[in-house]
Amino acid sequence: MGTRYVGARIARNEDPALLRGRGLFVDDVRLPGMVHAAVLRSPHARARIHGVDTRRARAVPGVLAVYTHADLGRLGAPLPKLIPHPSLIHHKTQCPLASDAVRYVGEPVALVVAESRYLAEDACDLIEVAYEPLPAVASVEEAVRPGSPLVHEDIGTNVCARYTQQTGDVDDAFARAPHRFRERFVVDRGAACPMETRGVVAPWDARTGLLEVWDSTQAPIPIRNGLAAMFGLLQHNVRVVAPDVGGGFGAKIMMFYPEEVLVPWAAMRLGRPVKWIEDRRESMVAMNQEREQIHDAEIAADGDGRILGVRTVFLYDSGAYIPYGLIVPIVASTTLPGPYRVPSYRCEFAAVFTNKTTVSPYRGAGRPHGVFVMERLLDRVARELGLDRAEVRRRNLIQPDQFPYDVGLIYQDNAPLRYDSGNYPLCLERALDLIDYAAWPARKQAARSEGRYVGCGVACYVEGTGIGPYEGCRITVEPSGKVVVATGVGTQGQGHMTSLAQIAADALGVTPRDVSVHTGDTALFNWGTGTFASRAATVAGNAVALAAQAVRERARRVAATLLEAPVEEIELAGGKASVRGVPARAVSLGELAVAANPLRFAMPADWDGPGLEAVRYFTPPQGAFSNGVHACIVEVDPETGMLSFHRYVVVHDCGRVINPTILEGQIHGGVAQGLGGAFWEKLAYDEQAQPLSTTFMDYLLPTAAEVPALEVAHVETPSPLNPLGIKGAGEAGVIPVAAAVAQAIEDALEPFGAHIAEAPLSPSRLRQLIAEGRRTP
Amino acid sequence: MALHDVRLRINGTEYTGRVEARKTLADFIREDCGLTGTHLGCEHGVCGACTILMNGEAVRSCLLFAVQADGAELMTVEGLADGDRLHPIQQAYWEHHALQCGFCTPGFLMTSLVFLRDHPHPTEREIREGLAGNLCRCTGYQNIVAAVAAAAEALASGAHPDFFPAPARPTASVEQIEATEDAVPAAHGAPADMQGDGATGAKKAGRRGARGATTPRGTARRTRKPKG
Repeated sequence: MGTRYVGARIARNEDPALLRGRGLFVDDVRLPGMVHAAVLRSPHARARIHGVDTRRARAVPGVLAVYTHADLGRLGAPLPKLIPHPSLIHHKTQCPLASDAVRYVGEPVALVVAESRYLAEDACDLIEVAYEPLPAVASVEEAVRPGSPLVHEDIGTNVCARYTQQTGDVDDAFARAPHRFRERFVVDRGAACPMETRGVVAPWDARTGLLEVWDSTQAPIPIRNGLAAMFGLLQHNVRVVAPDVGGGFGAKIMMFYPEEVLVPWAAMRLGRPVKWIEDRRESMVAMNQEREQIHDAEIAADGDGRILGVRTVFLYDSGAYIPYGLIVPIVASTTLPGPYRVPSYRCEFAAVFTNKTTVSPYRGAGRPHGVFVMERLLDRVARELGLDRAEVRRRNLIQPDQFPYDVGLIYQDNAPLRYDSGNYPLCLERALDLIDYAAWPARKQAARSEGRYVGCGVACYVEGTGIGPYEGCRITVEPSGKVVVATGVGTQGQGHMTSLAQIAADALGVTPRDVSVHTGDTALFNWGTGTFASRAATVAGNAVALAAQAVRERARRVAATLLEAPVEEIELAGGKASVRGVPARAVSLGELAVAANPLRFAMPADWDGPGLEAVRYFTPPQGAFSNGVHACIVEVDPETGMLSFHRYVVVHDCGRVINPTILEGQIHGGVAQGLGGAFWEKLAYDEQAQPLSTTFMDYLLPTAAEVPALEVAHVETPSPLNPLGIKGAGEAGVIPVAAAVAQAIEDALEPFGAHIAEAPLSPSRLRQLIAEGRRTP
Repeated sequence: MALHDVRLRINGTEYTGRVEARKTLADFIREDCGLTGTHLGCEHGVCGACTILMNGEAVRSCLLFAVQADGAELMTVEGLADGDRLHPIQQAYWEHHALQCGFCTPGFLMTSLVFLRDHPHPTEREIREGLAGNLCRCTGYQNIVAAVAAAAEALASGAHPDFFPAPARPTASVEQIEATEDAVPAAHGAPADMQGDGATGAKKAGRRGARGATTPRGTARRTRKPKG
């Protein structure tokens, strides 16, 4: 089987429709009789609710219903506990509508359904909620102090989990180490901010008993299964469609956001299709957030800068609830050792409730935190021991002959953290070459002599990708010769319609334009989990490869009969099956599809089903581990605190590459988000947990003027864990950015002695650090 | 609430409606006219996803009321392509992988259109500044910048003023395209082998746009910055 298309830079199948304004996003779904919902949200971070008066709202002409917790009955119970963990003692999830208390600004209190969204919002203004505001806790450090306000009073604490992982004898290593350095790192909150907010449209047909839910989600199949359970419907009678989804980045996989339950429920009550589209202001408080962790961290090293041990204790801010369990802090803990040999390691965290928006994975999902801590510790080692930063990394890298490499921890998929393959030294050297690191000291000196502050940063990471449990795929060749691929993993822009088509095209001897990929519609494929954890290409991609291989074999068998040739001599190419060496003896794939599904005649004894169709599943034994190195050169203007990037280099290894153009796009976008998290994007809350950055005027997404041109190079170390040899790449771009930028800024500001131990920074914070540096001798 | 008549043209087609004064132009375009290519990303004038052309100028349709556009000539993303043939800017976006989820894309395309009309030979820095009023969360902008640069080149390679909208002029009749057979076709049903860098289609000369405005580029009125 050739690989004509896998590895090729193919323009995407999905683009023409999107470019012409013919995409179908949830807000584009318009149905006869459709009505519109708006959500009344708590303006308080913590309050008791003594009553909700909806009479005036209900009286507004055009308002169909106003629902509060009291209307929900059984559905008013806390939403499902998505991912349990033995250490998660207090697994708190929110109710679809708050009952007697609210715990963050933005928590849903009432749902209004009206003939238009304008009317629904009018009615929201008329709902009177008797709140008793209570002191709230915003800071995760405050939340663990005795006497702190309690987010959930019934549990008597804000700490919902403590979890420790350890490998090697850490305390012994620290006791014997010649050098030990301690740091404290703060990574603050950020928001995924997909350009399309969340949205749900639900029509219910009482006659057929069929509930349809159009949902801007990354996980339509689990949503379907959950809704069927909650509403007592057959899974078969619930169809969830994630059509074109305008970005997700993790934040659209919560299972369940309240509105994902409330909107279908309202549709069933009212007998009208209901649409709810989150507006941006809502999104900044009601879409899950991420990133807030405070680490005390310590590294032990020998005199050559070799790591002897690392230990960290950190606080993980879960926000008001913890539906997604401990995934983020576990990923942070297990990403921290990175590409380095860390003979002893202990990571201990407490997951803590605060009166802020709930946290669940956002692109990176803890990885940026782990990498920030590790890379900053290595920078400290280099500085203290007078070693070059790149050299310290070089001395500690896992070597190519050490794979598979067992880190000695348990990963987020509950499997041992074992790196499958990689060539970490090669990636580092290539990045250093690209950034011309050898010439850096001279260039830095030259810049200094001109009175300019320019710094270089180099950071490495390993990204766990492609975890199970499984994904599947059904491939069908239609009588037209067109190939239909249906899989459960939806796309939020990652290019599944193209990369999966490339895989199928190679196996079936067609072009990617002949392959129509369908994702995210439970009516078309209903087994699978979703698009998260950089897993879609790896897990679904290999399912596509397996299914395409099965269809290929069936096509060859049918062709062998039709062409009266041994099956071993049948080749598939150009949309046809032909006899090897006799191209004239050929039959098209479409004809084979017809022949494989006859209207009459007995089928042969070895018949294994009609048509050219196969369903296959792929279940990886464990995750596949990508890796990479970022290197950047940054100039700081000490007067304004502004940054300008001279270079930004990414060397990236995610195994075999399906489509380099798509891969580079993923990296570009990831780096841009990483830069936001490193410098511009800060979700600010005041002391009473009031959010202060709920618009794009306050929460600063980087624009084309800020994001530099990126130089991306690939190293391809195939994964031995799957037939295609691929690894995931979705989160890679974002992971080491804050670490690399912090290092570069610190390098640039060396004359001021500025020490960077936090992300994100900002111009004003940089100026403050410079001023502090000037004061400190 | 009192209703007001609105009559306007979008992509050469006339639309009328009766709306509340508070109805945004974006909602009118999407709901009343059924043109859902224009997207709403923030509804406070920052993200630029809802950028359209009003009388030849880029505006944020979320910051305007429909009644303010009464009598106006609008152009939305649906008006860019000519039948099955993508506009050179759309084509460049496709070839340069300048979109991922595609949600912000309509706004970027409309911004790019006006930007290139007014800056036919932009530098990279000018492109970046020119697009800085639009937010994209997927691409990191790099391929958008490359696409706009490529589109500038493609558009500059021949005299195609009619690829740009003229301000405040009624739309002329649709002209047939004298397509060359070997042009990379714009939409679905592309040629069998799509391998390669594909940077060919946008540079095909000799096409005329469907919107038919024939004002030479030099006389086009300069756009204001997008509102907001």
